[in-house]
Amino acid sequence: MTIDEIQQQIIEDFSGFEDWMDKYGLLIELGNELQPIDPKYKVESNLIRGCQSRVWLHQEFRDGIITFEAESDALIVKGLVALLLKIYSDRTPHEILTSEPRFIDEIGLRQHLSPTRSNGLLAMVKQMKLYALAYEKIAQKNN
Amino acid sequence: MSITNIMIPDISKIRKDFPILGQKVNGKPLIYFDNAATSQRPIQVIDRVNEFSLRINGNIHRATHFFANKTTEAYENARETLRSYLNAEETAEIIFTHGTTESINLVAHSFGDAFVTVGDEVIVTAMEHHANIVPWQMMCQRRGATLKVLPFGDDGLLQHELLDQLITEKTRLIAVTQVSNVLGTVNPIAEIISKAHSKNIPVLIDGAQGAPHFKIDVQALDCDFYAFSGHKMYGPTGIGVLYGKRKWLDRIPPFFGGGEMIDKVTFTQTTYNEIPYKFEAGTPHYVGAIGLATAIDYLNNLDNILISRYEHDLLLEATTRLKQIEGLRIYGEAPEKVGVISFNIKGIHPFDLGTLLDQMGIAVRSGRLCADPVMYHYGVENMVRASFAFYNTVEEIDAFYRALIRLKAMF
Repeated sequence: MTIDEIQQQIIEDFSGFEDWMDKYGLLIELGNELQPIDPKYKVESNLIRGCQSRVWLHQEFRDGIITFEAESDALIVKGLVALLLKIYSDRTPHEILTSEPRFIDEIGLRQHLSPTRSNGLLAMVKQMKLYALAYEKIAQKNN
Repeated sequence: MSITNIMIPDISKIRKDFPILGQKVNGKPLIYFDNAATSQRPIQVIDRVNEFSLRINGNIHRATHFFANKTTEAYENARETLRSYLNAEETAEIIFTHGTTESINLVAHSFGDAFVTVGDEVIVTAMEHHANIVPWQMMCQRRGATLKVLPFGDDGLLQHELLDQLITEKTRLIAVTQVSNVLGTVNPIAEIISKAHSKNIPVLIDGAQGAPHFKIDVQALDCDFYAFSGHKMYGPTGIGVLYGKRKWLDRIPPFFGGGEMIDKVTFTQTTYNEIPYKFEAGTPHYVGAIGLATAIDYLNNLDNILISRYEHDLLLEATTRLKQIEGLRIYGEAPEKVGVISFNIKGIHPFDLGTLLDQMGIAVRSGRLCADPVMYHYGVENMVRASFAFYNTVEEIDAFYRALIRLKAMF
């Protein structure tokens, strides 16, 4: 599935909810289900430290595909991290660079991507894009 | 156990003075419990501030036209209001700044330049807000001095009996908060000042959290510097006060340079204005200063004894209810506290709690509360903080308690 198709599916999953409790309940569920990051990757260099919560982001690049692993200490952030991994992990750098996580806005959670240093989410998205940019440049150099 | 016989001031009348309190957030009535971060403004302050956009506005101390005169008069009257409120000896000892942080930076910088040299020492406490730590760290680094730290215990009480061990003949200043923004602890600042003065050491008091709850008499307290912010005490943002004894303010150099703070400017030599203007470079936030004076007038019209008792009862009610919640830990339970409760619930991250409370219209703070050392002390990454003002109610506290119970079930 393309990034856009997955985003559309996420939006549909959340559209049924009128009650904020159900919406956040699903996020919490997704957060609980998210595979914990391999402890050896939970290091300082992978840590995006926000004032309100922390996010760890690990990446690997193989055969033109970036794979991300990520985790947060806050459950709601973990749920959003799970969704971001769904759309951005196992993608080419180009796919990552040419799409925006618009689903967050569409499911009514835009405030969590606000450009404060609080929850690390926006910083994580930026970091993912930076990795994609770096790998794309490397690939172009090698070609 | 619940407080059933709280003698309250007319809270519904007071709440009507604060138009923002009637709002809905996420479809729910607002319950604003983040007063330690910033307070709300009464309509009297809002109206006075708006006057400067609607009716009269001119820069101060510069021109001689009608607007300029009116504004200058209002600004200097505001200074006198602050002098009187703090019982400072003279208006020249009242400096308008942009907030507590700037006030402390001013003292750290200028006092540091004048009186701190290599090998000297400055003492702060481990419960300080970053605003009363970092400026001193920066100054010590610049001047080759050492920063020493007075610790506190798990109970939230400053271990001020250890002050004797920390003070040496190299100690140049002690900076301590009147009230902790995390623990709510009211510190024994009179005692600390007395001890410091017995060794000829000046003391700066961070009054950011204290000023909204206590009216202090700077002469009786005998503090050398007192700093606080307008926006935390029902005044506008962007305005703060530094009180300093003339004996210090006259002897320390200016912090910011520019217009107003000068006497004469040439390219070979510039001389400075007298206090307070020496420390008020550029166009000050005169609208803010006048707004702050209006906030003080508002506070002066309240029955302060009743308000103080009411705030205490709110704290007691909230503490009692929160302690009924299993797995909830309150940080700091000093016998003397203001209405600030920082806590964690086992198994629930503060960010998650803060986010979900927001969905229910309840505004609290979650995070590190600009007090990293306090987080390290308790071994936590973040906390949730609820902080009350005199326009909060027992009903709101009850709703908060029920919300926490409901949210706990989601995890």
